[in-house]
Amino acid sequence: MSHRTLPDNHPGAAATTRSDVDGIHISLKGRLDALGTAFLWDDAVTLVRSGQHASVTADCADIEYMDGAGLALLLKLREEAALAGGKLTITNLREEYQQLINLTWDCELPQWTPKAKERRGFAEAVGKATEEVLLGLREMIAFVGEATVMILQTIRHPSQVRWKDVLLSCINVGVDSLFIIVLIGFLMGLIMSFQSAVSLQRFGGEIYVPNMLGLVMFREMGPLVTAILLAARSGSAFAAEIGTMKINEELDALTTMGLSPMRFLVIPKLLSALAMVPLMTIFFNMASLVGGAIVMLSLGFPLVTFTSRVFAYLHFGDFWGGMFKAVVFSILVAGVGCLRGMQTKDGASAVGLSTTSAVVSGIILIAFADGLFAVAFYYLGW
Amino acid sequence: MMDTRKPVISVRNITCGYDETVVVKDVSFDIMPGEIFVILGGSGCGKSTLLKNMIGLYEPMEGQVLFGDNDLVTAQGDERNQIIRQFGVMYQMGALFGSMSLLQNVMLPLEEFSDLPHEAKTMIAKSKLAMVNLENALYKLPAAISGGMKKRAAIARAMALDPQILFLDEPGAGLDPISSAELDELILNLSRTLGITFVIVSHELESIYKTADRVIMLDKDVKQIVAEGDPKELRDTSENIFVKRFFHRMPSLGKTGQEVKCPVAE
Ligand SMILES: Nc1ncnc2c1ncn2[C@@H]1O[C@H](COP(=O)(O)OP(=O)(O)O)[C@@H](O)[C@H]1O
Ligand SMILES: [Mg+2]
Repeated sequence: MSHRTLPDNHPGAAATTRSDVDGIHISLKGRLDALGTAFLWDDAVTLVRSGQHASVTADCADIEYMDGAGLALLLKLREEAALAGGKLTITNLREEYQQLINLTWDCELPQWTPKAKERRGFAEAVGKATEEVLLGLREMIAFVGEATVMILQTIRHPSQVRWKDVLLSCINVGVDSLFIIVLIGFLMGLIMSFQSAVSLQRFGGEIYVPNMLGLVMFREMGPLVTAILLAARSGSAFAAEIGTMKINEELDALTTMGLSPMRFLVIPKLLSALAMVPLMTIFFNMASLVGGAIVMLSLGFPLVTFTSRVFAYLHFGDFWGGMFKAVVFSILVAGVGCLRGMQTKDGASAVGLSTTSAVVSGIILIAFADGLFAVAFYYLGW
Repeated sequence: MMDTRKPVISVRNITCGYDETVVVKDVSFDIMPGEIFVILGGSGCGKSTLLKNMIGLYEPMEGQVLFGDNDLVTAQGDERNQIIRQFGVMYQMGALFGSMSLLQNVMLPLEEFSDLPHEAKTMIAKSKLAMVNLENALYKLPAAISGGMKKRAAIARAMALDPQILFLDEPGAGLDPISSAELDELILNLSRTLGITFVIVSHELESIYKTADRVIMLDKDVKQIVAEGDPKELRDTSENIFVKRFFHRMPSLGKTGQEVKCPVAE
């Protein structure tokens, strides 16, 4: 019968059925704990299901013991009876088990069916996804717009800015991340110079390494890598801080005090990123030049050759182009970090989600913006 | 007894909820000046939701929230700020700013909205904290104080600008009996001495008997006010099944077979 077996020390459990004109009579016997119920579950359910009769009577006189598992079996039998259009009658159940059953008997347990989840067609799914993306984009644009207007307002009313918060945030965004920026910049300069020197050496072209390094770092890598580091370090921190405040109802408290969370929390963070990221980019660039210089020195070129070649090929246009990028990236990263924080839903896991989302969206935005810059700079001939 | 005074807050036919789910449907009530008004009901019946709609954090689906003659729901800009300035709010978990000391927390609204000299602001903030017996914890951070102290500090912050109305969301929840009793005393004191109107969300029967002048009771399934009046009177005389169950701590009757249905109180 059943493919399960009971352990030796189990007193046993069994279900037997007979049918007559009144319906199916199933009598349950023995110890209906987790083991016993598991043993006879399939049999009992199949017996009732194959009985082809709507009305089911469960005779419980011989149940020695019953717990939640036995209760689940009775509920399942009731469900089967209901599916066949009839009902389950329980007879001879001991008083204490009757009370156990009363705890759930009146609740309508929802039937779980795989079909319950609505299946969407492909087109509909694409449409829904597009709508979500567009709504998200709209929210982002609205947020950036509001933030930009507020930042422009601070130029006219500087006294409305909480400068102390800006300063604290500057320390967090700038000073505290100086070490990692300089380290990564130095390593990238060193590695890039070394790798290109190895390739160029075959053509006797190591002398061109400084030209390439200066241009690549100042125009492209400096702002890009700094912004990515900012997204990982500060964008996530912004999202976590604002998200936690949202969960603690601190944002609500600000609003009902008549203080705008935007002005109070977001603007100081944006301003600090705006001030610090270009500065950090300069540090990154300089550190990368130090890395390049070490490679060139070790290849036997004097330092002055390195510096003169770097600066001969690097124009102020390149420098300012890089700085402009850094400014735009910083707004994107800090902005999306704050936005994700404000969008945090309830619950502890929500902060984690916002933090992750802040970093991911930040990096995606940087990549997009960088692509746009590449195209724009190309057509502008910079 | 008819009250001829003008209500400080009139909630008119408010319907509120989240997205498509309606939590509270078509509810109206008035709050009189100086009274301690309690919104009660079981967990999840929409007390906090109603409160947040009353203070303008959410926009109700329908209805008005009148402060005097001004409707907070439609008010914008300066009009809105003026209404908001009339009340203070204590949130369920305190909502103190974690990076600031208690003193700084209480100072914040003062710094933003008053032109007093710095010294005066500090003194006001200290006095508010003293009112809630926190004069020895002025420089502590919120993380370093107990739950009861947080709630008292939050009340002090809500009172910083001397509002006429204080909204408290579950002031006694999660407190030990002594702290909870102290909080009740504080509320009664503030109400007697300063004449502040309190709107309190609560389900702590003891505190309600002690403090409340009038209660309204919400129910999760009916989504409306099922009872209104003096809490002790309701407890002793009401025949309303919802009231009986709540005030006499009776478990839900649904499971023993007697189906619970009851007319909505008018
Ligand atoms: N942010 C939210 N989004 C969606 N539903 C919510 C939200 N907050 C509360 N609810 C729902 O609204 C109902 C009322 O919640 P709430 O007002 O917090 O109850 P109470 O404060 O009376 O315990 C609950 O069913 C809850 O699930
Ligand atoms: Mg609540």
